[in-house]
Amino acid sequence: MSTDAIKSPLPVLTAKDFASDQEIRWCPRCGDYSILAQMKKVLPTLGIPREKFVFVSGIGCSSRFPYYMNTYGFHSIHGRAPAIASGVKISRPDLQVWVITGDGDALSIGGNHLMHMLRRNMGLKVILFNNQIYGLTKGQYSPTSPVGSRTKSTPVGSVDNPVAPLCYAIGSEATFVARSVDVDIKHLTYVLERAAHHDGTAFVEVYQDCNVFNHDAFLYASDKTIKADHIVYLEHGKPLVFGKDVKKGIRLNGMHPEIVELGKGITEDDLLFHDERAAEPSLAFLLTRMRHPEFPEPMGVFRDVQAPIYDQRVSEQIAAETKKKGEGNFDDLFNSGDTWTVE
Amino acid sequence: MSPTEVLAPQPTPQPAKTLEQLDGVVIRFCGDSGDGMQLVGTQFTNVSAAFGNDVSTLPDFPAEIRAPVGTLAGVSGFQLHFSSSDIFTPGDEVDTLVAMNPAALKTNLADLRRGGTLIVNSDEFDKGNLQKAGYESNPLENPEVISKYQLHRVPMTRLTRDAVAGLGLSQKDADRCKNFFALGLVYWLYDRDRKPTEDYITDKFKKNPTIVEANLRALRGGTNYGFSTESFTTHYQVPRARLAPGRYRKITGNEATAWGLVTAAKLAGKTLYYAGYPITPASDILHELSMMKNFGVRTFQAEDEIAAMASVCGAAFAGNIAVTASSGPGICLKGEAMGLGFMTELPMIIVDVQRGGPSTGLPTKTEQSDLLLAMFGRNGDSPLPILAACSPGDCFTLVQEAVRIAVEFMTPVLFLTDGYIANGAEPWRIPKFADLAPIHVVHPEGRQSGHFSTDENGNGDGEPEYLPYLRNEKMARPWAIPGTPGLEHRIGGLEKSDITGNVDYAPANHHKMVMNRVNKVAGIANYIPLQEVEGPQSGKVLVISWGGTYGAVRTAVQNCVEQGKSVAHAHLRYMNPFPRNLGEIIKRYQTVLIPELNSGQLRLLIRAKYLVDAQGYNKIQGKPFLVHEIVSKIDELLESK
Repeated sequence: MSTDAIKSPLPVLTAKDFASDQEIRWCPRCGDYSILAQMKKVLPTLGIPREKFVFVSGIGCSSRFPYYMNTYGFHSIHGRAPAIASGVKISRPDLQVWVITGDGDALSIGGNHLMHMLRRNMGLKVILFNNQIYGLTKGQYSPTSPVGSRTKSTPVGSVDNPVAPLCYAIGSEATFVARSVDVDIKHLTYVLERAAHHDGTAFVEVYQDCNVFNHDAFLYASDKTIKADHIVYLEHGKPLVFGKDVKKGIRLNGMHPEIVELGKGITEDDLLFHDERAAEPSLAFLLTRMRHPEFPEPMGVFRDVQAPIYDQRVSEQIAAETKKKGEGNFDDLFNSGDTWTVE
Repeated sequence: MSPTEVLAPQPTPQPAKTLEQLDGVVIRFCGDSGDGMQLVGTQFTNVSAAFGNDVSTLPDFPAEIRAPVGTLAGVSGFQLHFSSSDIFTPGDEVDTLVAMNPAALKTNLADLRRGGTLIVNSDEFDKGNLQKAGYESNPLENPEVISKYQLHRVPMTRLTRDAVAGLGLSQKDADRCKNFFALGLVYWLYDRDRKPTEDYITDKFKKNPTIVEANLRALRGGTNYGFSTESFTTHYQVPRARLAPGRYRKITGNEATAWGLVTAAKLAGKTLYYAGYPITPASDILHELSMMKNFGVRTFQAEDEIAAMASVCGAAFAGNIAVTASSGPGICLKGEAMGLGFMTELPMIIVDVQRGGPSTGLPTKTEQSDLLLAMFGRNGDSPLPILAACSPGDCFTLVQEAVRIAVEFMTPVLFLTDGYIANGAEPWRIPKFADLAPIHVVHPEGRQSGHFSTDENGNGDGEPEYLPYLRNEKMARPWAIPGTPGLEHRIGGLEKSDITGNVDYAPANHHKMVMNRVNKVAGIANYIPLQEVEGPQSGKVLVISWGGTYGAVRTAVQNCVEQGKSVAHAHLRYMNPFPRNLGEIIKRYQTVLIPELNSGQLRLLIRAKYLVDAQGYNKIQGKPFLVHEIVSKIDELLESK
């Protein structure tokens, strides 16, 4: 955020101020509704004027998101939202830029841009709506669909090994990596707030229910009656405990996580304690590798570290060069080097 | 003159040398790509330009950075035309050829005019190098070569080693100085001032005083050699050219494009955002702009061509003068995002420095074969304005015009150059910044701006709402930028409703919006200059050219006109839309000839638009036109009439 934006007197905004006048055209009970609602809740709390927000999206169901936000918005082309948002952010570091993308958009057609956006650590907030299916094109398997997925394009099951979004993000050395679930309203709000406050690229995977084409995909993580045994909430400085009675925990056995029962000589002190600020990302990577059904899947902030921020570094270089050489003078430029005069 | 081989500078008495005056000279340096031919060519150009000659250059280098030494594939050349009169091409025939090895001789000798001066490094003509070049016998002993050219066999390798002896250089380092020996010799031959090159050497190698000394010695050794050997009896002067009064510098097309862009942004009061991905022959624009951070330029080397173009869409939305540059293969990749820029009606510039295609084609050679790609290379009805620069210096002027059109009409603009004018250099009359025309950019702010709904065009709730697709008299939409309170709005690649910009798939609306966009671009014709014609205003043959062939075509037509032939020349810089009087001009001539470095792309457009049976003259060899080629074609047409 630029300082002048912070200094300017702010009208008190509410979620309603961030709703556009457009009719929302997602399917009934689509998980996108909840993500949109939590976003509208979070933005007014940030102390940023509405005109300073830009939402950029690619193509897919989730990418309609900017139309429903009363901010500046750019619904672009398939897979390129990270690149378009990079252009906005590099040229206008004063704006808070959000990227809305899906599993196909970000990881298939746009996989290259996603990696480079993450490694550059620009001040972008990225929400990846993962529903493990191509919804807008009516039900083909996506790069996050599990092997064996039966879809329109894989009638006898997919043989395609899926990509894990958060592994990819940690592998690209993203400085902020988090996960939540569309219907876990409180947790999602918390994660979005954390992402909004992170300096540098913030990457959030949201398990999102496509109730038309892939309704069962994340029931284990969203169904209140069973999810306690299938997810583990990450809290900085706290041990990894989970289960209906919070009796289970994750312990490290060398480089391998294992599920242990608390009691019978095992205490919380034996468990893996979460350190989201660890400079070394290996433990965070290990957490991203914990998959259902073998393990409870971690929810929350996996990693939150500080690193130089691309767009700020660009501004710093411009300032330093201008200080060193003086502000560019065009007549000096044109007359630099060898010149001669014709009378 | 018979060839003589002189191994060392002759002792006094000095031989008498005559000094003759010439109007102009075409010289070509050629050697291995590691021999430093581009460097010495550039030095000779700088010195000649600074002296006051008109200059035109043609660098010609292989796509491989270092092909195997001594092979035909590895030959790199630099041709320079310097003259005491106004010139527009690097020259048809070479007057003086400097060949550093047999491969260079083999690939370049055909261009040397009969009786021309041939200077070779005779040390390199050993059995191995002759074999690599595919010579069965030594061409320096070929009676035909000896009688046809003024051959000077100069043992440059040995003489250079002698010149730097005692400095403790390895043989490899000593041999790397021989390009300066050759340059020194040619400086003597054309009576050039050595001083600027000495200064260049001193600065360039300042971290290594031994290398400075070695190169200075080699340079002087070459000059002394010319002065003292009997091989050379005459040297030449080419007086200053009578150019329009003013201060001049040398400029290449890529430099001029980069400077023109920064200048345009300043004239518009905006930040220049430039995103690119390395590609020959466009990379120099990125290099140049990366050095201009103190002009506020924000450069971004993207992960690929697609990202560069997409980020330009983002930066344009955010309110910058947003630019990318590439060459054919990169422009293909940018197509989809260019379509997004067109659909969202945002101003941006796409520079295409054309090279030989298709596919990877001839990366380092020139061609004009992306015109149809520029016209039609996107899905849907998506015409873009296209401008094409005609010379290195013209890039500076015309790219500003491209920016002006982009912001006035809210559209991406394609700016075409080519490898020939991008790498070629010419004298450029230095403008005063204060004399350049400002570029007006308006961003709506606040509700008084006239871009808001009223009771008539609003959504009925009485709340004024910003209308991002309410057009002005040029059919341009307003450019409200993020950060402006109250003007929050959404744009995108989906079809949008007229005026409000909301997503809208209605059949009649789509038809209207497509025609709005098409007509907006077509209407630019009403705001650009009329086409001008050089030569008779009616007659037998009208030659229509575009882009980098300007110099050759202009010179050819001038020659014809001087001989009283009924030929005129129209050179196009506005490729889409065409100037609105072009059709009327075409009707005044019996025949239209369109010479192009492609298979007939402009000809297709002219035929389609004006229903005229235009004739083509097409050369697709990676090389520019020679003047006499075009003159011959004109003569052929005149005779057939």
